[in-house]
Amino acid sequence: MEKVLIIIPAYNEKESLPDVIASVRKEIPEADVLVINDGSTDTTGFIARREKVEVIDLPYNMGIGAAMQTGYKYSFAEGYDVSVQFDGDGQHPANQIRNILRQLQEGRVDVIIGSRFLEDTGYVPSFSRSIGIVMFARLMSIIMRQKITDPTSGFRAANRAVIEFYSRHYPEDYPEVEALVLLHRAGFTMTEVAVKMEKRMSGRSSITPVRGIYYMVKVTLAVLVDLLKSTERRRCYE
Amino acid sequence: MSKVQLIAIMLNLGLLGVIIELIRRGRLKEKYSLLWLFSIGVMLLLSFWRSLLHIIAEWFGIFYAPSLLFLVAFLFLILISLHFTVAMSGFAEKNKRLAQEIGLLKHELEKVNSIIK
Repeated sequence: MEKVLIIIPAYNEKESLPDVIASVRKEIPEADVLVINDGSTDTTGFIARREKVEVIDLPYNMGIGAAMQTGYKYSFAEGYDVSVQFDGDGQHPANQIRNILRQLQEGRVDVIIGSRFLEDTGYVPSFSRSIGIVMFARLMSIIMRQKITDPTSGFRAANRAVIEFYSRHYPEDYPEVEALVLLHRAGFTMTEVAVKMEKRMSGRSSITPVRGIYYMVKVTLAVLVDLLKSTERRRCYE
Repeated sequence: MSKVQLIAIMLNLGLLGVIIELIRRGRLKEKYSLLWLFSIGVMLLLSFWRSLLHIIAEWFGIFYAPSLLFLVAFLFLILISLHFTVAMSGFAEKNKRLAQEIGLLKHELEKVNSIIK
């Protein structure tokens, strides 16, 4: 039986967290759930503990990248075979996790990305956001030499080799796109699976219109820099 | 000794004094003072040794030799700030790892405590 860990990074998500945890529990009862409380200023840590899941409190708000990496470090140390990244704001559908896990097993790839755009799932992002996503999808498809439709999706599942890799290398701010480039550079394989995502239940996107431009420039630059970085190749954990 | 030369020497000696005092009080680590001391050394050398300054200035095609001092000082400032941003990036990385370790350890501790009780 595979040991599966669902990693939920949460920054001030006390409103949505109980429902998110409940839905994950209901869909994948055998998996362990880990909430990374990324220096929340509200009662997120308390709420998560009340739901009887594992909780790691970070000493200050470190950003989604460092929070996710903490999850991967834990996942590696505790010997999990598969880790699933799952948002704490309720926009990822828990009923798709099972499908993603199955694809990870059957697909013989290292990472599965839950994509909102692989099939028409009715998800329509705002105009400015879709420009960004399309641009990154193009850029990533060229770099990865495979079709990537949703490189900014934070809904992913990774096997043990990637868990080990991410516990040592994970980008810091706005990490989703870069995290894929690092994997590609290290020789890991990935594929997308169509998922239907909800509108977020509470909280707001970390990307406001003003930050949008910064996001685009920063991530594009980081991706290009990643291509120049010396990286280690994947190791085998068979 | 020209006025420019004198001012340059005074400024450098003043800066040297400040840096040495900071090291003495433990406010500046030796590791981060080396580049400062080296720059001051070169600046003093060029300020005292006028003929050397003129030879190099001529080499670069600089008509007014003392302006070479500004160029050298400027280059050292760039070097020093580059050195600091590299050092800062190292600190940021170490800080991140420490904070992650603290989070993991606290979680471990919480678990151990709940078993003991």
